[in-house]
Amino acid sequence: MLQKNTIAPDFTLYATPDQKIKLSEFKGKNVILAFYPADWSPVCSDQMALYNETLKFFHKYDAEIFGISVDSKWCHLAFSESRNLHFPLLADFEPKGDVANKYGVYDEEEGECKRALFVINKDGIIEWSYLSPTAINPGADGILEALENLNTK
Amino acid sequence: MSLKPSVNSKDHVQGNANADLVIVEYGDYQCPYCGAAYPVLKALMKEFGSQVKFVFRNFPLSEMHEYARIAAIAAEAANLQGKFWEMYDAIYENQSYLDEDFLLELAEKLDLNISQFKNDLEKTELADKVDADFESGILSGVNGTPSFFVNDKKFDGSAMDLLELIRANAS
Repeated sequence: MLQKNTIAPDFTLYATPDQKIKLSEFKGKNVILAFYPADWSPVCSDQMALYNETLKFFHKYDAEIFGISVDSKWCHLAFSESRNLHFPLLADFEPKGDVANKYGVYDEEEGECKRALFVINKDGIIEWSYLSPTAINPGADGILEALENLNTK
Repeated sequence: MSLKPSVNSKDHVQGNANADLVIVEYGDYQCPYCGAAYPVLKALMKEFGSQVKFVFRNFPLSEMHEYARIAAIAAEAANLQGKFWEMYDAIYENQSYLDEDFLLELAEKLDLNISQFKNDLEKTELADKVDADFESGILSGVNGTPSFFVNDKKFDGSAMDLLELIRANAS
């Protein structure tokens, strides 16, 4: 898993069925990458649903968040609509898990992303990373603490 | 992960305010898992209310649950008339009927002063209180609802796990 002070590998992934997002286009902003195993985990303790509620806290730190899983863009679309999500879910679908692999957070056995968080600074450098046990939603406190640390530098 | 801030005078408390065992629930009035936890917490307080200080903080998942936030504000408005826990109970006991009109019905059933209640629903202080609770939850590591803290430490389990733990420790 990539650690602090590593250059965040660039990638281009589908965010919607007809739109791609390129990480390097977000230089000048802080970026949070939230790799997660799969869409459609149980409601109320769902990690993406939680981040959907904490967007305004992330924006306070001039940070954008992207969820990333190996689900397809169509699956993401349906999931995103059903949960009313207001941030992009990226499809690490083809080649499968390629981006997760580059970040060192691909679970070969399950064929899914591990549950991992990265905070990337405005220059595209990883400032904080965290690997959560797959079954446990890590919440948002670690991300906010990492963003707070960026700000006080 | 620990609770930030600790339980304080702004919190809603029931049970024994001086108890050594302090349980904090972060909950959403529209969340079905919180609804399922409600009777378990009731049983817990019935059995151990004299030994437990129970605190509720708001954690409405507003994007997922249309009425979670207004329900949280309604309970805070009931609090201004001294009936926080009555409203908390009434909402969880009738969770499937929850909407704005139903909150007014509950306010009437609880004999609240309705014009004051309606006014209070619009108060920014109440919305701010709900937001402050939510933010404290986020900073404390709440990752879904309901989330529990036992003596300021996050408890990774359900209301039933909590009840069983307390029973085990009591016997």
